[in-house]
Amino acid sequence: MRVEVRVFATLRRYLPDLGIGEARVMDVPDGTTLDEIREILELPAEEVKVIMVNHLQAAPQDPGADGDRITYIPAVAGG
Amino acid sequence: MSKQILRINMADLSYKYEKVPKKWSKWAGRGLTSTIVAEEVEPTCHPLGPNNKLVIAPGWVSGTPAAPSSGRTSFGGKSPLTGGIKESNSGGLSSQKIAKLGLAAIIIEGTPKDEKWYTLFLNKDGVKFESADDILGKGMYQVDEIFWKKYPNEPAIIGIGPVGEKKLSNAGISINDPENKPGRYAARGGLGAVMGARGVKALIVDDTDGPGVDIADMDLFKAGRKKLTDAIMSHDLTKPGGGLNLYGTNVLMNIVNEAGGLPTRNFSAGQFEGAAKISGEMIAEMVEKRGGGMTGHGCHPGCVIKCSNIYPDEEGNDFVSCVEYESAWAFGANCGIDDLDYVAKMIRECNDLGLDTIEAGNTVAVYMDGGALEFGDKEGALSLFDEIRKMSPLGRILGQGVEATAKAFGVHRVPTVKGQSMPAYEPRAIKGIGVTYATTPMGADHTAGYTIAPEIAGVSGKVDPLTDEGKADLSLTFQAATAFIDSTGYCLFIAFPILDIETGFAGMVESVAGVMGLKADDVDAIAMGKEVLKIEREFNTRAGFTSADDRLPEFMRYEKLPPHDVVWTMPDEDLDKVYSWID
Repeated sequence: MRVEVRVFATLRRYLPDLGIGEARVMDVPDGTTLDEIREILELPAEEVKVIMVNHLQAAPQDPGADGDRITYIPAVAGG
Repeated sequence: MSKQILRINMADLSYKYEKVPKKWSKWAGRGLTSTIVAEEVEPTCHPLGPNNKLVIAPGWVSGTPAAPSSGRTSFGGKSPLTGGIKESNSGGLSSQKIAKLGLAAIIIEGTPKDEKWYTLFLNKDGVKFESADDILGKGMYQVDEIFWKKYPNEPAIIGIGPVGEKKLSNAGISINDPENKPGRYAARGGLGAVMGARGVKALIVDDTDGPGVDIADMDLFKAGRKKLTDAIMSHDLTKPGGGLNLYGTNVLMNIVNEAGGLPTRNFSAGQFEGAAKISGEMIAEMVEKRGGGMTGHGCHPGCVIKCSNIYPDEEGNDFVSCVEYESAWAFGANCGIDDLDYVAKMIRECNDLGLDTIEAGNTVAVYMDGGALEFGDKEGALSLFDEIRKMSPLGRILGQGVEATAKAFGVHRVPTVKGQSMPAYEPRAIKGIGVTYATTPMGADHTAGYTIAPEIAGVSGKVDPLTDEGKADLSLTFQAATAFIDSTGYCLFIAFPILDIETGFAGMVESVAGVMGLKADDVDAIAMGKEVLKIEREFNTRAGFTSADDRLPEFMRYEKLPPHDVVWTMPDEDLDKVYSWID
């Protein structure tokens, strides 16, 4: 399956070639979980606070699906 | 020396120090401003008339040694924008200086008989009334500069720009930051117009040789201070090099956009295609690329979080502080503008003229929605501030905020509650914050009950933003906790570490109890917060507010918000439940 992955704020240091808001397009085996995708990208688990898939909150053990827009988010708040 | 109330009467240009009455002695910050306003201001009075008052109060721990991030000042009065009670609080230099002068609060009342304008100079010896004729009409950048030249002790400057002088409903109160720039505002609700109605252009506070703040139990205070500081310094969000420190509040732009909750083009969509270009990450890139400005800027002395920034112009010169998330959203996504330089220019105009950026950005967006300007027209948007500066009829309408502008331009999509416009979170996509907007006594205000923490950020647990269930209780808990923190003098952002780290919460309570001379167990944060909410709610009821005022605008019930294609579905009964413990 093909997914696109975005990272923001402090997590961007792990994918430094991506511009702000740009996505990494990845081909991974069907059923790969969000946590496994995180591991492939070498994002430290302890720095990922929230995961979103297609603008909805998701859990690390959830499997991805073809065409998913996946976002890994560190600790953020403010306003 | 016990704290005093300073009462300034502009009708006869007199002042007196009063002992803090026992019934007020348990309060500080928001708790105190709201208590005084509820007791001394007739709720049905005209906000700009002679019977309204401006009340200014530092928090319990403001001015104490090294209480982390504790420089918040509360400003209270009856709001010209909402017609209800208002507490608006700010960082900057004022809180610690007022506290170090031994003051629990300053009450400014009365109207000068001669309709003249004054500058008040306050130090340990009392208040001097000086003519403000020479600074009338000047913007706050110039006003701040003039007074730091005149007074060498680098005083706090609490002032209003030209919009406050004209008593327009979107006038904020400016407080200078550590660089003496007007980057800090008690912005919301039009309290700048209340200050203008008192005939006060500026209040200068010099704390030199002031008595300082008494701490009843220093050991308890110190123990609490350490726990709280440790929590702030270890939490991923607030620690040095954490999200707030590196990217400021605007770290949220991309995230809220990703969640589909970023109000775009006057609340007609939940995502903005240009979000990345106006984000906190982009500010950090600009600072690095242009070699000027800074991130990790502290808005007041002693802040350990340092979430503010100074945005550089194209030549790398310091241009404006601060490009907050709310301000970047208001002039950016909400106006369809993806150019950070223009966003920064409009923020600077607001800082100078004395406008709330949230209300001003929403006003421009509503003006665009009315067809007077295309969404995304950055030149056109910026030129509107010339109209306000000139005080042209159009400028005066815009200076009144969203509702006046919507009426003038025939717009039905009016994102307000109780007359105050919504901040940067779409309530159709993030339901809990919608409950806060609808029910807080302040009018639409995210800081009044920041359910975004669990709904978006995963702080204090995780909650689905799209569901209605449980949001009434969630909002009330956050509203109560906020009313307490707003009374402490601590920045509201300590909420994030203390909600996740238990010892941090205990530390906050202990530091407050140490100052007050209470046992930590006797300080029940939520119960005290609810007391403050009750005082505010009852003021609004006496002012004529009913449950019909606790509603979101109608269009949100029938206009679907992309990308989730959701409408506002919260039952009215759920909204009425939030304050049913009072009514």
